[in-house]
Amino acid sequence: MDLKTLWFILITVLFTGFFFLEGFDYGVGMLMPFLGKRDKERRAILNTIGPVWDGNEVWMITAGGALFASFPQWYATLFSGFYIPLVLMLLALIFRGVGMEFRSQEESEKWRNTWDWLIFWGSLLPALLWGVAIANIVRGVPIDENMHYVGGFFNLLNPYALVGGITFVVLFLMHGATYLALKLTNGLEKQAKRVANRMWKATLVMAVIFLLYSYPEVLSKAQYLGVSLVFLAIAVVALLVDGYFLKQGDMLKAFWAGGVTILGITAGFFAALYPNVMPSSLNPAYSLTIYNASASDYTLKVMTVVALVLVPIVLVYQGWTYYTFRQRISTKDELTY
Amino acid sequence: MDPLVLARWQFAILTIIHFFFVPLTLGLTIFLAILETAYVRTGKKVYRDAVKFWSKVFLINFALGVVSGIVQEFQFGLNWSEYSRFMGDIFGAPLAVEALLAFYLESTFIGVWVFGWDKLSPKVHATVLWLTAIGSNLSAIWILIANSFMQHPAGYTLGEKGVIMTNFKEVATNPNVLYQFPHVFFSGMSTAAFVVLGLSAYLYLIKRGDKDVLNLSVRWATVYGLIGVIMVGTVGHYQGQFLVKEQPSKMAAAEALWESAAPAPFSFFAIPDEANKTNRLSLEVPALLSFLSYNDFTSKVEGINEVQAKMEAQYGPGDYIPPVGMVYWSFRLMVYTGSLMLLILLYVWYLNWKGIALESKPWLLKSLVWSILLPYIAVTTGWMMAEIGRQPWVVYGLLRTEQGVSPASVVSGGEVLFSLLGLGVVYIVLTYLGVKLVIKHLHQAPSHAPASAD
Repeated sequence: MDLKTLWFILITVLFTGFFFLEGFDYGVGMLMPFLGKRDKERRAILNTIGPVWDGNEVWMITAGGALFASFPQWYATLFSGFYIPLVLMLLALIFRGVGMEFRSQEESEKWRNTWDWLIFWGSLLPALLWGVAIANIVRGVPIDENMHYVGGFFNLLNPYALVGGITFVVLFLMHGATYLALKLTNGLEKQAKRVANRMWKATLVMAVIFLLYSYPEVLSKAQYLGVSLVFLAIAVVALLVDGYFLKQGDMLKAFWAGGVTILGITAGFFAALYPNVMPSSLNPAYSLTIYNASASDYTLKVMTVVALVLVPIVLVYQGWTYYTFRQRISTKDELTY
Repeated sequence: MDPLVLARWQFAILTIIHFFFVPLTLGLTIFLAILETAYVRTGKKVYRDAVKFWSKVFLINFALGVVSGIVQEFQFGLNWSEYSRFMGDIFGAPLAVEALLAFYLESTFIGVWVFGWDKLSPKVHATVLWLTAIGSNLSAIWILIANSFMQHPAGYTLGEKGVIMTNFKEVATNPNVLYQFPHVFFSGMSTAAFVVLGLSAYLYLIKRGDKDVLNLSVRWATVYGLIGVIMVGTVGHYQGQFLVKEQPSKMAAAEALWESAAPAPFSFFAIPDEANKTNRLSLEVPALLSFLSYNDFTSKVEGINEVQAKMEAQYGPGDYIPPVGMVYWSFRLMVYTGSLMLLILLYVWYLNWKGIALESKPWLLKSLVWSILLPYIAVTTGWMMAEIGRQPWVVYGLLRTEQGVSPASVVSGGEVLFSLLGLGVVYIVLTYLGVKLVIKHLHQAPSHAPASAD
């Protein structure tokens, strides 16, 4: 396997880790104001991700940094081209991050309520916009012969991309509700289970629409359709298994099945992209590929060593944090956030 | 609206605000880790109380640093896509290493630390804070490695579309970063010391807070800050000598030295007149600049006009001199503020040594509160000198700033304005709220009670 392909896979891995971990964080953020009727309940909900959300968010930062290091042209075209959605996402992430820290530092109901809704939007927008972005990337956008995106903002809001965005939102809602059912107690736990079941149905509907819609828009043009379909099939099977476990109330297994669904969807769509990284809808010759968008082999080699050494270490100590904070959170606990 | 001008303002404003939070994070994590280690070693509750008390301030600052840091990671793509294309082979690697090596460490363990007080043994808990501190400071190293390439390119060759990395070790051990990182590291210590001293002084003034904690914090912060300020100046001196050789255009402008001179005088107050290429007024110490630059009183120091002529010969016609007044005065302000910080710390240290309580000097307490601003002025002017002083280059000698901006056909002036206003306003509002929360935290501290028998 050549280095460029290896790095395409590593980028896929980083995005998978990002969607898996931040997926439930975003879900928790979106569900918090609805599931939590009283202040104590909202705090308990936020505290389920309190010790881990910051570390989870680094998966996104790393995906961005690794994109810059391994495929600088991809980084440059993507983030200058998808300018407004990226700025909105950054604003959302700022409010969400600060909100987690600030919301419980004042007693006033108005203060807390304002931050709760900022955390809600700060979780909803990134979920939606990453879905929109990924859908646009795989579908192809207007890119000229200089690798410049020339489509403008509204071109990004096409129906296919919006379906992708909504799919991400409901998938993360399901993932977040499942996580909450694992981390909360009593009434909140039961409610989270109910929501997870409901969101599963919504995810199933959206996933079917998204996949069917993807055939003419993306999959029919894929160069490695077989690989892509294998991953997407895994996603579908995992989602059905997820539904079974949710019905049974086996939330841990349901959580992992949901995780495999996220993995399957992410890997399936990245596979459909390969060896392009940003296909041009104007002319296939203008497309960014792993060949014309990548860094030099030397840089890729250095980064390969760095990534292969560090990523396993990160997985170990992040795993340790989940183990340390494995206990469920109750509204009766002394809460940090 | 010119996207280039807006993009430059955006980068300057957002980065300066981001860097309000960074030095405090760098310095305060280590300060708190030292205190928590003292707690583990001695078992004395006062150390733990001190850590817990300052951790509130630390976490508010940390949150603001993290969220404004996310923007930094994507800014190069947003407004500087051509820079990203040109620099991609070099610049992305340290950013990715920063994320993999440093951000994961700091962000994972900060969560464990905040939520782990009752879940971990004191020893493990203190270790977790050290890991956070190491993570934060490692991130500074790697982002400064990236910045150092912009100041002093090394370990590369020039390809068709941009720079190509030839030697990662040379990129990572760029001589520039060997000065720049310690400079930033010690300025972090100084910032943390002044924040702890200033907030402690505020608490003495409003007669709140645990006195044992305050007395302890003042003593430790004074020593911590003295080490920081003395080292930041020492490293800065050698960094200046390095820059005289490697970035003569920056240093000539920073000294407002128009004509080469041997020996060269050091100007401590000047009003540069850039249109007429002279100083309207300059108060000077003869031969001191030669000494500062080359350790002797006779060496020739290159002036602005000679540097300009040399660079024209090398790079073709153009203006290679950064805005002299801005660079001269940001340099002066940094040095003067730093000197003032040193005097303040020496005085507080003298009082500590003599056993004179700070509380007996209300004017000093008030001055210490206002002194919190000093390190922020120093780091901001320091970065202004570094970044404005590099102009017209974004990558010294290789790429001019206007060549790095995202093309107007992709990113319009209106879009840049939208992000500048959106992010800028949000940064300012959140900073304001953060400061308010810190002040509220201070006022919630218990009223001065008789000292406990710890």
